Amino acid sequence: MNIFRNVVFTAAAAGLLASVVMAGMQAVSTDPLILKAETYESVGGEPAHDHAAHDHGTAATDATAPAVSEAAPAASESAPVVAAHEHGEDEWAPQDGFERFVFNVLANLVSGFGFALILVAVSEFAGGISSWRSGLLWGFAGFAVFTLAPGLGLPPELPAMPAADLGARQVWWISTVAATAAGLALIAFRGTVVLSIVGVALIVAPHIVGAPQPASHESPIPPDLHHQFVVASTVTNLIFWVLLGGLVGALRSRFFGSSGLARNQLA
Amino acid sequence: MNTTSLTQVSSSSRTGQLLLAAFLGVFIVGVVGFSHLAVAHNAAHDYRHSMAFPCH
Repeated sequence: MNIFRNVVFTAAAAGLLASVVMAGMQAVSTDPLILKAETYESVGGEPAHDHAAHDHGTAATDATAPAVSEAAPAASESAPVVAAHEHGEDEWAPQDGFERFVFNVLANLVSGFGFALILVAVSEFAGGISSWRSGLLWGFAGFAVFTLAPGLGLPPELPAMPAADLGARQVWWISTVAATAAGLALIAFRGTVVLSIVGVALIVAPHIVGAPQPASHESPIPPDLHHQFVVASTVTNLIFWVLLGGLVGALRSRFFGSSGLARNQLA
Repeated sequence: MNTTSLTQVSSSSRTGQLLLAAFLGVFIVGVVGFSHLAVAHNAAHDYRHSMAFPCH
């Protein structure tokens, strides 16, 4: 299991470093926008819109967690297509402020390790990421697969925004990621015209099928706020992936030399 | 297992180990980003939004 151990080791080091940076970027870019958006769902009213996007009741006039969770039982009947926080309100949730920040960092660390495992393992099938420079390209590929492609059909969304059925969106998201990854791999590593065409078709197909969309895009969130969030989310993900790829390339060559992960110099 | 034997790692063992690592990664991302458990959702709520995972 030495290869497995080396993959885990490389992924842990690169993933944790990139995640710390990601958590820092989120704290100053996306998180404030999420908090701002929650004030719209807490207030529960939007002008000229019958279906209150997320009526938490009038008691909740600010975005603090206790107020939101107290108001939730009275507001369990929100319209399904625009239901924002319709589930999970009665369950445990981190307190706003420091605790919420800590859990966001933890989620980043754990899932950054997961993304790094995927990146390292998949790249080893293609011979491994041998330098930080080729790591940057792998990072761009990761960004295209996990952010750009699914984000075309399902742009980053804020709390209180209308959305289609969660399960359907998750299926589309996962299918799009898988198809885009397979398509890119065919183009990059097979090198025949026919397979390249198949690769492009795989990348395009999810967007012809189309992502599940809500019945109406009408939302209490100002378009400007949403636009800021789309840019912030996309750019932070780009930096995360490029950094992750570069770190994997740099650490792999530093720890394991040109022979790659198959030889364990740490054993 | 020493270094000499590692140079002769069979390709099927290598493939298996890499697949295992990849599946572990998919599982981890799946739990953090896609679990319907309310506790998992609430704990990773801001992260899911920031990563543009389908949320709510």
